[in-house]
Amino acid sequence: MTAMHELTLTGMRDGLHDGRFTARELTAHLLARIEAAQPRLNAFITITADAALAAADAADARIKNGSARALEGLPIAHKDIFCTDGVRTSCGSRMLEQFVPPYDATAVALLADAGAIVLGKTNMDEFAMGSSNETSFFGDVHNPWREGLSPGGSSGGSAAAVSARLVGAATGTDTGGSIRQPAALCGITGLKPTYGRVSRFGMIAFASSLDQAGTLTRTAEDAALLLGAMSGLDPRDSTSVDAPVDDYVAALDAPLEGLRIGVVQEFMGEGLDADYAVAVRAATAEFEARGATLVNVSLGNIGLSVPTYYVVAPAECSSNLSRFDGIRFGHRADNPADLEDLYRRSRGEGFGAEVKRRIMTGTYVLSAGYYDAYYLQAQKVRRLISADFARAFEDVDLVVGPTTPTPAFGLGEKTDDPITMYLNDIYTIGANLAGLPAMSVPCGFVNGLPAGLQLVAPAFGEGRMLAAAHQYQQTTDWHQKAPGGWS
Amino acid sequence: MSIGSDDIEKLAVLARLSFEGDELGDITDKLAAIVAFVDQLGEADTASVTPMAHPLDQVQRLRADAPDADIDRARLQACSDATEDGLYLVPRVIE
Repeated sequence: MTAMHELTLTGMRDGLHDGRFTARELTAHLLARIEAAQPRLNAFITITADAALAAADAADARIKNGSARALEGLPIAHKDIFCTDGVRTSCGSRMLEQFVPPYDATAVALLADAGAIVLGKTNMDEFAMGSSNETSFFGDVHNPWREGLSPGGSSGGSAAAVSARLVGAATGTDTGGSIRQPAALCGITGLKPTYGRVSRFGMIAFASSLDQAGTLTRTAEDAALLLGAMSGLDPRDSTSVDAPVDDYVAALDAPLEGLRIGVVQEFMGEGLDADYAVAVRAATAEFEARGATLVNVSLGNIGLSVPTYYVVAPAECSSNLSRFDGIRFGHRADNPADLEDLYRRSRGEGFGAEVKRRIMTGTYVLSAGYYDAYYLQAQKVRRLISADFARAFEDVDLVVGPTTPTPAFGLGEKTDDPITMYLNDIYTIGANLAGLPAMSVPCGFVNGLPAGLQLVAPAFGEGRMLAAAHQYQQTTDWHQKAPGGWS
Repeated sequence: MSIGSDDIEKLAVLARLSFEGDELGDITDKLAAIVAFVDQLGEADTASVTPMAHPLDQVQRLRADAPDADIDRARLQACSDATEDGLYLVPRVIE
């Protein structure tokens, strides 16, 4: 019999409904794995064992009396960026080390209403600013595939937890690749929906025109299940989109025949690891063998996506993070001389180095004399990049390429050079700038480490994208590979 | 465009941040590198391009201007280190 933790989220659901195990048994089993893994992976910031077991008992009662909801009893974790009523929400920062929100994020509430059980809050780069999980105040997360390597970031704890079979699925957020990049580096499936598809209410803001919540799962089928429960219009988020939510699970059966897939030429050249390129080519060949048509597409301005992002995102971050003033919530400096000293020292002590760098960058590009040259110019280049995607989608249904330039890198390897770290998101940032749905699926291995294939769809094309990923996962088994020692 | 310690101090005041010890040299070097990196945006010809503020070019949806307070003051203020009689405490501003 397959061990409970080996099952996908969908498999866990079937096991619960078939009476093979109870939600309490499943929850207790995974909590024990989380506890055992914590000294090695550090994937969690907070573990909510008592609340999870109580919720599991309630789920068992519902399953027994026939009132089970879509995600009844399914064990998940939330990235510690989502506010959870009564449960500490740190955002990976000293600033919020003691912060206990008095309300739930909408995504958290929706998943709870669907019956999901939260086992804890996962580690992350501070305020989601990082690509390696090394900027967390709560310490590095290790990659389950090889300890000592980064799991990616910023949703590194969520990715490591799903990869190591500690939870059935996890939430994450993606501002420039923070779901897809760690999913690729940890060998799992990560999905960032269209901008505005999932409410940002209660999701601590980093860059509001780019931030989007999504899923980290083992399979596309699980992503469809989870995304359906999280999505929809929220009156509390004025950027949440008033468009019907498709039945993503029902959409999975769409065949690959007739699908036109664009391979992004700019992503397949210089900078991409040669063995990684082989894995991506094999994946596109699989799509072609299953009846899809491959087309070469060009995104002419995509080379400017990283510098565009590192103007737009810090500008928005410098504005968003001004709310942390040491007064209403968050870290407060001792014995301030005056109000100005309270602000500056509370923020100086509460924020880590990368967060301060981004606030300073944002302040610089928005300041008098530099606004036009940097911020306004970045917004214009953003439109050029978005238009490149729009042109590509006139001819193809999806565009694909690698998710990252290399597989997982060593902890400490890139921390001294912010630019090198920023370039890690070179293939993922474009979808955020254009607001498009995108996902990463496992597509092979490079030196024993997972590689990811990225798929990008037109706005609100999640159903078609998930179907393509699901069909790919029907004839490949990369997504079933577990890191050694965690199966 | 080079960035010196005077620029850093001015930006730190605007950003309401403090930097201690080695942090100052580090932020000066790294901010200069970041600005040099984003300078390449100047190469793009954007003369006829409209700036893009929203990724889907949508306008902000507004809600009715009606009270929607469902969090009680005591719970909200429990997030703060310094409150008294329902008010937040700050250092004296007016002498």
